[in-house]
Amino acid sequence: MTTKTIMTVDDSASVRQMVTFTLRDAGYTVIEACDGKDALSKVENQPLNMVLTDLNMPNLDGIGLIRALRAHPACKFIPIIMLTTESQAERKQEGKAAGATGWIVKPFKPEQLIAVVKKVLG
Amino acid sequence: MDNHRQAFKEEAYELLGELETALLELEKDSDDADLIGRVFRAMHTIKGSGAMFGFDRISMFTHNVENVYDRIRNGKMSVSKHLIDLTLSACDEIRKMLEESGPGTAEDDMAADALARAFKEMLQEAGSAVVSSGTLSLDEVTASKSDSPDVPESTGHETTWRIRFRPKPGIFITGTNPVLLLNELRELGICNVLANTDGIPFLGEVDPEACYTFWDIILTTSQDMNAIRDVFIFVEDDCELIIEKIDDGMQDDAEVDYKKLGEILVERGDLSAEKLKDVLSAQKKIGSALVDSGAVSPDQVQAALVEQQHIRSVRQKRQAAEATASIRVPAEKLDSMVNMVGELVTVQSRLSQLSARFNDRALVQVAEEVERLTSGLRENTMSIRMLPIGVACFQRFQRLVRDLSMELGKDIVLKTDGAETELDKTVIEKLNDPLIHIIRNSIDHGIEMPEVRKASGKPAQGTVHLSAEHSGANVFIRVSDDGAGLDTETIRAKALEKGLISSDAVLSEKDIFALTLAPGFSTAKTVTNVSGRGVGMDVVKKNIDALQGSIEMESQKGAGTTITLKLPLTMAIIDGLLVRINDTHYIMPLAAIEECVELTREDVARAHGKHIASIRDEIVPYIRLREMFFHSGDAPEIEQIVTARINDTRMGFVVDQVIGQHQTVIKSMSRIYRDIEHVSGATILGDGSVALILDMPKLAQRAEADEKAQFAALRE
Repeated sequence: MTTKTIMTVDDSASVRQMVTFTLRDAGYTVIEACDGKDALSKVENQPLNMVLTDLNMPNLDGIGLIRALRAHPACKFIPIIMLTTESQAERKQEGKAAGATGWIVKPFKPEQLIAVVKKVLG
Repeated sequence: MDNHRQAFKEEAYELLGELETALLELEKDSDDADLIGRVFRAMHTIKGSGAMFGFDRISMFTHNVENVYDRIRNGKMSVSKHLIDLTLSACDEIRKMLEESGPGTAEDDMAADALARAFKEMLQEAGSAVVSSGTLSLDEVTASKSDSPDVPESTGHETTWRIRFRPKPGIFITGTNPVLLLNELRELGICNVLANTDGIPFLGEVDPEACYTFWDIILTTSQDMNAIRDVFIFVEDDCELIIEKIDDGMQDDAEVDYKKLGEILVERGDLSAEKLKDVLSAQKKIGSALVDSGAVSPDQVQAALVEQQHIRSVRQKRQAAEATASIRVPAEKLDSMVNMVGELVTVQSRLSQLSARFNDRALVQVAEEVERLTSGLRENTMSIRMLPIGVACFQRFQRLVRDLSMELGKDIVLKTDGAETELDKTVIEKLNDPLIHIIRNSIDHGIEMPEVRKASGKPAQGTVHLSAEHSGANVFIRVSDDGAGLDTETIRAKALEKGLISSDAVLSEKDIFALTLAPGFSTAKTVTNVSGRGVGMDVVKKNIDALQGSIEMESQKGAGTTITLKLPLTMAIIDGLLVRINDTHYIMPLAAIEECVELTREDVARAHGKHIASIRDEIVPYIRLREMFFHSGDAPEIEQIVTARINDTRMGFVVDQVIGQHQTVIKSMSRIYRDIEHVSGATILGDGSVALILDMPKLAQRAEADEKAQFAALRE
């Protein structure tokens, strides 16, 4: 069985570290990116099965990243999960409109992250 | 988690340093959008990640700062010198919290609170319409933690749901895979999924990136509606989702057969009721007929058929599960088993006696083991014969009450309580007739005609209440009605007329009610079809007596009557007290016995020839069984009184010796002894001899009657 590759995009190193650690533990391959622009540059290198992205990031924010990924043939149909905070209901709508598959509300526990990944990735 | 916390701390220090630089730059150029964005993001990250790694205080505190910068970013507020100052001290505060990384001191809290308040005020001054989000409490922060799919709660019993999931054509572009959602549903329980592909156009018109299919799902699960909704949480806005409950799993005895095909289609909204009627009148096989008529598509019919099949199999399974949970056994087999257990108990007591005589340790050990097993077996066997009284008895009375009240033109409902109370099968069987009689009485004599009831301010509908409950080794069965109640005067007059009492008899209310149980007593003014044919409550009493039970009546004129039957749980094997007079053994049912005390010759002498003893400062009359049963010889120096509570009074029974508790297998005696009243049966003891089981209430009655006869003889 080939492992699935998930990209985590977040400007917070500690969140990235936690996500990476959790997903690797669950048997996924993880690629890290520190913002939208960094993420897009890494899309080309390796086929992705899923993207987890923060919304507020410098250079290219989460919404912009989702739009760009959906326009990319390789990422058109992959699940994209956004990490939001409870106060960002409008941003959630915006993200959905841009093509996000779902969301995780911060703060979340590792097991919640795994549950959502399993839900959209199977 | 600890290394994540450490990582967050490092990151936060870094962010704080960056923040300070940005803030100082911002002081010089207060309109730089890029700088404002940096400050906001830094705060946002500290808040979000802080909450994630357990720094709740930091998260709460930073929330307010973040809000202010969010508004500045959106051009709704502007940067001021004051704000920069505040933000810089906020940075210091956050740094402090990071160092403590625990609950802060009161002093720190005050400083932090003051700062938080300053930021809040700033939001309010700006006339913020989003102040609501400006006050984020710790509760909210922690509450949101559980916002993601958790393990849903189970509701215990299985419910069947009909789900229609029709995603919008553009569902794929959001990265959603409907198949995964369906798989998730499958994990919830037994699931039948049917894809409806009617919507797929011809090949030339197909957009390969669009979703044309919709799904009908029938799901049987112990999870609740929310668990199902959670599956679709990400796609709620991108699909049409209908979830309906179609079988709640509660009707255990529901027929396996489910709704007809046409009904299902109408219920799903696939077909109108009129159309169904039209097609039905054509009398073809419904599915194909509907398809032929073009009212529904083959797929829709298929989906409805799947639902029908699903429910049928779920119900079948349920019934099968019930069937295997219990097995039916002919009653005789059980009876013979009880008899054999009875024999075994007898043999066991013989074994115990023998082992005691030989005093061989190995033998005693075996005997004790056998005793333990036997008593377990006995209890088990008895419990097998126990039946819930509701199923075996109460259920039949619903019909009886309905029919009788119709016949008499009365409006009566029967309510039952404690239908699950278990009682020995033989007891229930013998209870049926007496209960029918009592209920008939209530309906006929007790509850008034609707007009009479209304006139006396009662609801027109009368109620007969039937209840059963356990109490120790007994079961109480109560039949109460809210009818006219018993009229003491009428009863008294009637009893006088029938010669049951003398005109000067002083009777308590209870005594008067007890008169209705006397042979040949019936108070109904006219003889009806229902009751009052002369065989009255005395027959009931006889039946209950035969069951070793007792009857009690309570009544209030105008308010109703309650009849309470007290019955032993079982009649096959009881716990008894083994006593001895000379060489003869007797058994007294243990349930009624209160205590055993000594009776010396002195005690007897002190009572001046009266059969009365003072036990714990209470005067207790006693019966000398030695005299009553005509045992010859003298009583021993010290005798024993066994006291029992009979009809609410204490009564003593004097015997030579109390031997002890004894598992008593009740054997009925041959017909020759049928007329011996004060013995209810016999049992075989360990040494093979027979002990009679005493009917203590009867003995008490007999003694009372003897006393009265003596008294009368004396007067004459």
